[in-house]
This record gives sequence, structure tokens and C-alpha cells, in this order.
Amino acid sequence: MNENYAVPAVALVVVATVLVGAFGLRISRTTSDFYVASRTVGPRLNAAAISGEYLSAASFLGIAGLVLIQGPDMLWYPVGYTAGYLLLLIFVAAPLRRSGAYTLPDFAEARLDSQGVRRLAGAFVVGVGWLYLLPQLQGAGLTLAVLTDAPDWIGAVLVAAVVVATVAAGGMRSITFVQAFQYWLKLTALLVPALFLVLAWQGDGAPSHAFDEPATFREQRAVRIEEGLDLRLARPLEVVANGTVDERDYTEERVSLSAGVHHIAPGTRLTFAEGDPVPAARSDGTATSGEASIATSLASEERPLYATYGLILATFLGTMGLPHVVVRFYTSPNGVAARRTTVVVLGLIGAFYLLPPVYGALGRMYAPELTLTGDADAAVLLLPDRIIGGVGGDLLGALVAGGAFAAFLSTASGLTMAVAGVLTQDVLPSRGVRHFRLGTVLAMAVPLVASVLVGGLPVADAVGLAFAVSASSFCPLLVLGIWWRRLTPPGAAAGMLVGGGSALVAVAATMAGYPGTGTLHALLAWPALWSVPLGFLTMILVSFATQGRVPPGTAAILARFHLPEELSGGGAVRAAVNVKETET
Amino acid sequence: MSGFLAGLCVAVLPLLAAGFWLGRRTARPRQLGDLGTPVEHATFLTLHTASLAAPPLRAGLTEETARKSLRRLRTLLGTDALCLTDRESVLAWDGVGEHHRTQLMERLGGPLDSGRGEAFRLRCEEPDCPLRWAVVAPLTVDDRVHGALVACAPRESAVLVRAAGEVARWVSVQLELADLDQSRTRLIEAEIKALRAQISPHFIFNSLAVIASFVRTDPERARELLLEFADFTRYSFRRHGDFTTLADELHAIDHYLALVRARFGDRLSVTLQIAPEVLPVTLPFLCLQPLVENAVKHGLEGKTDKSHISITAQDAGAEALVVIEDNGSGMDPERLRRILAGHADASGGGIGLSNVDDRLRQVYGDDYGLVIETAVGAGMKITARLPKYQPGVHPQGRLPTE
Repeated sequence: MNENYAVPAVALVVVATVLVGAFGLRISRTTSDFYVASRTVGPRLNAAAISGEYLSAASFLGIAGLVLIQGPDMLWYPVGYTAGYLLLLIFVAAPLRRSGAYTLPDFAEARLDSQGVRRLAGAFVVGVGWLYLLPQLQGAGLTLAVLTDAPDWIGAVLVAAVVVATVAAGGMRSITFVQAFQYWLKLTALLVPALFLVLAWQGDGAPSHAFDEPATFREQRAVRIEEGLDLRLARPLEVVANGTVDERDYTEERVSLSAGVHHIAPGTRLTFAEGDPVPAARSDGTATSGEASIATSLASEERPLYATYGLILATFLGTMGLPHVVVRFYTSPNGVAARRTTVVVLGLIGAFYLLPPVYGALGRMYAPELTLTGDADAAVLLLPDRIIGGVGGDLLGALVAGGAFAAFLSTASGLTMAVAGVLTQDVLPSRGVRHFRLGTVLAMAVPLVASVLVGGLPVADAVGLAFAVSASSFCPLLVLGIWWRRLTPPGAAAGMLVGGGSALVAVAATMAGYPGTGTLHALLAWPALWSVPLGFLTMILVSFATQGRVPPGTAAILARFHLPEELSGGGAVRAAVNVKETET
Repeated sequence: MSGFLAGLCVAVLPLLAAGFWLGRRTARPRQLGDLGTPVEHATFLTLHTASLAAPPLRAGLTEETARKSLRRLRTLLGTDALCLTDRESVLAWDGVGEHHRTQLMERLGGPLDSGRGEAFRLRCEEPDCPLRWAVVAPLTVDDRVHGALVACAPRESAVLVRAAGEVARWVSVQLELADLDQSRTRLIEAEIKALRAQISPHFIFNSLAVIASFVRTDPERARELLLEFADFTRYSFRRHGDFTTLADELHAIDHYLALVRARFGDRLSVTLQIAPEVLPVTLPFLCLQPLVENAVKHGLEGKTDKSHISITAQDAGAEALVVIEDNGSGMDPERLRRILAGHADASGGGIGLSNVDDRLRQVYGDDYGLVIETAVGAGMKITARLPKYQPGVHPQGRLPTE
């Protein structure tokens, strides 16, 4: 990868982001455009902003890496990430907007009139936000490491610094335009290289063995194993080894490996011949640090059917509780616009998610050794160089790198603003602009320190786990809060604590590596399947037990959530004005 | 290993938070058990019990507040039974012998009319009922008897008569305070009604005058201006809800500026910078237009050359930041301070400012007043911070009254 192109591309993206954020206000100097400037954001612009904020490192790099390693089973990820908006559209979008809430704690307070539930929701927002920020920072580290051989933490620090600087300095005076810009940038950055890659693939004779099991090397390729791993061979294989294989040292010697499991020590270089099948790899746990991998941890474990259902449930129900997504709905002028926005988001995100699997499939053919080195997430970044090469490949690679950085920046800044907002309002002592800056720094510092300290963490799961926690805590709160009039503050608090808390504990256990295998591991690694029903059930049962504490005015609040704004007052005048306008 | 560490951190954080919360919830002021002499200790205890009984009574005399405070009051008096009545019925009864309710109310007619305390024997058919004797102490607020405190005991006791009298007087004081609270609430309500946004009469005269001046020379323009005027007045005279959105308020400002421009022509230029995501923010109705009106007035005051006004609305986390700036004659900060403190100004200027400031504080709290930067000859810059969410603030909402 040629850093002469990639580094300026990344710099360009950063500068463009800052500029659009600082000057992307609507400006009017004459009478005629005053009206235009003060018109609310339409569904298309807002939808692009939501999509831009939502499409993160996990989408941009991670999905391709997963498809590369595990094949088409992983398509459930993009499906889940998209379908979450369907449920958001059906159950939440319009009532949430009509509630007037800006953040999830605001919603809890508006619906339940309880400071306690508000604080609890705030704590979960911070938790989910930090869980979600972690993989963004690590993804940035990985990208920069692949592009420039810089140490891993540089990318994370760079993204953190840019985000904190722009957000805290008040640079994001208008985040809608920034995020909309980022969406189109990301789409372009994946679409254009994908077109060229597919053309190159066609020119190559359109080989279609992408998902033949197992993948094979298309040419002789040397692979350097950075972390110790176990190779599982279905058939005997002959490789040239330089390093330690099965406790024996080799220097550029031909080694015949029998079928079965072989241990490869860190630093070993293996050279595979053309047509060799790519062996299945399993990390041996001696990972020292470094290679932040978004996909490998998942690749190495078997995925029972249960895990797929857990993933589906977490992504379907978790989207509605993502703090940075919820705040964007405030930008819609009313409930109907919020629904329209969600429909457009479905289209935009659906279109985007067609692309990463293409990279995954091509990567399986052209860069299969990535499964061995733990760099599968870099597939999107490496493919243009690998398939096209030359200046063209470098330019396309630079475009992809810029897009990847846009992904980190947009999601990270959205999350940072959401978390900082909650920290400023509900945690730090008093209000004020200066406190918002402090909140921003705090919101970014914690995940940054975590990502630098625990570099080798299986962060892939962090995104899935953030979704799982959100699905088990906020999904019950939102769905029951909007659709069930008997919800009580103690019920909501208990449901969030039990559902979200148990998911969080499962997350912690999984991250700590306990227990390594077996059914219990699957249950803890994919908690949504049991923690979501648990959250709902607790919320419902405790609410039944405390019916005396249904907040007064619930009926009026729910009426406001569900009636169009025109009916619940305020619309009559606007309708009259519209009539007048059509007359003139 | 690092994975384990991370997991540990994630596991420990919620535990710490839960512990912190529990600690905060269970923390109590230090027990006074061993402090001071037994007499002082008894005093502390009495004062503490009294302070616990006070809050419910501050909400007035109802069945619920009577029930809540009675439990505390009975520990204070140490009687077998204690009850609170209003003028018609027993509100709450704490202790044994509730079958005396009707009998008591029959006997209370006298003391409630005269406002004097009384002690009498109780007749009881039940042999094991300990209540043989009752002390009535009326509760008076502003010389009107609101009810009575009745303490029942097995036998006569001068101490109990005296103690019941003192407790009744203490309860009366609490009820007086409750009355005071109520009148304060009514005062605030009245103030809010008075504060309700109004457009200035001068503006109506001036607008009509300028429209009249166009009627012959440019009838089309006059018609447009009349429509703008109609739109603006319709907005400002509306009666539903005390809140509006920033977008609607800006439209009203647009109509307002169209009329002002018709009057001043090229002398006035306006720049608008809007971050579109803050347009749905809900804010008190007509609270930016007076600021613009103020800027127009100050911008053109005593100047013959051009005046420029800029209106900016930015996104700032959970708040929207609205800045209205003019390059006019400015104001002496001391005079501004007096206006904002509520002292009417000789020239009548600035009433709009203090009204807006009052309403913003009323709705969002004292942290959210206007920030005004100005000096004589240096223009004026007014900054308003509007939280994106505030409980009870939505376009159909009403101003809070408490």
C-alpha cells in the first residue's frame, strides 16, 4: 500500500469534515432566502445524516472481513444492521419524535416523569456509547497501521483528537451537513473502487469459486504469522517454512504437514504454492497485543445456530437504542417526517450494505491469506492494490482509506456528542458550555485509554455487544414506554437494570474470556436471545406489581406520542396559513 | 490477559456505580444518640420528629396530609389515639378506638365555633377500650378555625392538655405557611399571565402607516405587506400553547422584518445563519422576536447610515445557541442591568428584554437567562441558550406554574 496517496486522502477527509462542520450553516443575506434558510431539515438530508452517522468501522471494514473468513453466513450482519431501522420505523420513530425528547434519558423523563429512571437511562447511554466507541478507535488504529506501518495507537489517538477538538471547540456548529457529507463520501469510497474491482475480476475471467470450501491460493504467496496460531488441515499440505512449526525450527525448508492440527509460532513465515487450500486457523491465545482485529475473534469460534439468532435479535432490536441514532431524529420537524426519514434511511443503508460483501467475496479469492494473519479487516483496504495495482490501485486504495476514516470520524463524533451530552446533563455538577467541553473530553478519554491499554481485545464483539446491551435495556423501555400505558417508573428501572445489566455482565464475562467454550460461552457471547425477553418480562411484571405508581397524566402523554401534531393542537393555525399561501 | 483485564474493568464499573448509589441512598445524617445530656437529647428528638411532620402539612389540610403527619405527631404527644379534623369530619385517626369518630364530631361543634380548647369525658360501650377522655385543641389560621386536633387518653391529664394545645398551635403555623405557599403560587400564575408575550402597539401603528403609504404608489406591495402583517399578528395573537418551535418563531421574525424593511429600506440589512438541526427546538412563544425588535431599534437609533443585524442559531450539544447582534448605538451596561432587574426605564426601552429574560428563567431555570454584551457605541450582542429538551416544554404545552 502506497502511503504517499493514502495519507493525503485521510488528511483531506479530516480537513473537509472540520470545514463542513464549521461553515456548513445555512446563510441568508437577502429577504427572499430567509424563508428557505429557516426551513426545517427534509427527510432526505436527515436520512443521509443518520446513515452517515450509523455506518461505522464495523460496517465499512468488519463485514468484508467476516465474509472473507466465514463466507456468506455472515451476511446476517448487514441484514441485521439494516433491519433494525424497520423496527425503529414501525414502533418508535414517530412517537419518539413527538415526545420532544432529544436523548434517551430525555425520553425516559418525558414518559415516566422520574429522575431516577432518567439517571439510569443516562448510565446505560454512557455504557453503550463507550462500548461502541471502542471498536471505532481500534479500527482507526488498524487502518493507519495497515496504511503507514505506524503503531496501532496512533490512529486511535488521531481520531480521538480530531473528534474532541472539533466537538469541544464548538466546531460542529451544524452536524447534519457533516454527517450527510460523510454518508456520500463513504458510499463513493466503497462504490467506485468496487466497480473497478468487479471490472478487474471480469477481466480476470470472472472466477466464481469465492465460496468453494475451502478457499485456495491463486498464486504462490508467503504469509508471515504475527501471532501464534493453530492450523487445522483437512488434507496433508506441503509448505515452505521459515520459523517454528510444531516446536521445530526451519529455515526456508520444505515441510510436509500431515492432516490435523499444527502449531505455528509467532514470527514464522509460511509460503504456500498456487492452488493450495487455505487452512483454517485458530488463535492459540498467545496474542501479545497489537493487531486490533474486528473479525478474527469471531472467525475462530464455531457459530451455533443459536449465535445467529442472538445476532439477529440484538441487531434488530438494538438499533433503536443507539444513543447517536436517537438524537438525529430530533432534527425532523414532526412525527411524519421522522417516519419518512426512517424509510429513506432503510434505502440508503440497504444500498451501502450491498458493497462490503462484494469486497469480502473478492477478498476470499484474491487475498485468502488474510485469514491467517489476523488482518481480515484490512481486506477492503488491501484489495485495490492487490487486484488492480499500480497508480490506479494506489488511488483507489487512498479513496477507500479516506472513506474508512470518514466512517470512524462520523460515528465517533456522533457517539462522543451523545455521551458527552449525557455526561454534561446528568453526571457533571452544573450546566454550561465549559462543562460540555469537559464532558466531551471525558466521553472520549475512557474508550481511548481502554483501546490503548487492552489492544488485543476481541473488539468485534464489542459492536455486537453494544447492540445486545442496547436491545436489552432501551428496546423494552422504548417499546413499552410508547405502546403500554401501565408502565411504571420502578418497572422501567427494574427492566433496564435486569435486562441491560445481565447483558452487560455477559459482555464482561465474554471479554474476560470466561468461559472459553461450550454452550455457556455461546449464551454469554450472544446474550440478546435471553436478556431481551428477560428485560421485557421484568419490566412488565414489576410494572404490574407497582400499578399504584403509574405516572399521572400517562393518558395525555401517550395521546401526544401517538396523535399527529395537527390533531393534538398547534396545527390549526399552520393549516390556515397554508391555505392562505396557496391562494396568493 | 489484556482481555481479562478489560472484562474485569467492565465488571467492576457497574458494581462501583451501584455501591456509590447505595451509599448515597443509605447515607443519613449522623445519629445524635450520644450527643449531649439526656435533656438535650430529648430536645433533638422532639425537634426531629416535628420536622418530619411538617412537610405533609405544608401542602394544606387534607385526608392524605393529615394521615401522613399524624403518625409523627402522635409519637410527639405519646397518646393512645390522636386525630385531626376539619370543620365537618374526621380527616385521619391514628391509634386505637376509631369507633369514637362520630361521637367526637358531635362534641366538636362547640370548640370549632368558639375556637377555644376543651376537655371532656368519652362514653364507651366497649369494656376494653382505653379511651375515656379527650382533649380538643382547635387549629386556627388568620383567626378562622380550620379544624381541630383531638388527643384521647385513658384519664385526665393537665400535661396532655397543655401539650395538645402547643402541638395544635404548631400545626396551625404550618397551615398558615401552606396558605402562604398557595398565595405565592397564585401570584406566580398571575405574573405569567402578565408576562405573556405581547407585540408592541408602536409596531402596529408604524406598520399600518407604512402600508398606507404604499397603497397608492404601489398597491401590489401594499397588499403583500398587509398579508405579512396578517401573518405576523395571527402568530402573535394565537392563544393555544405557550411554546413554539424555532422554525415558526423565525418565520414570524421574517414577517416582522419584511414590515420593518418596508419602513427603513436600505438602511437595514439582516444576515441569518442557521444550523438546520436546531430548527425543531421548542421555546417560549415570541421570545426571540422582541430581541430582534430591540436590535432593530438600537441599530437605527441616532444613526443615519446603514445598520446591520445578524441572527445566528447553532447546535451546541443538548442546547441550541441563538445569537442576535447589531452594530447600533449600544447601551450603558449599568442602565441595562437596571432594566433587567425590573426597574422600568424612562424611555420605555428594554421592556421586551427583561420580559424575555424573565420568561426564559421561568421556563428553563436561572442558568438560562439572556447573556447580553454591550457598551455605549459598540452595538449589542444578545445570546440565548435554549435546551433541546425540558420537561413539560412542547409546542402544545403550558408554562409551568410552580
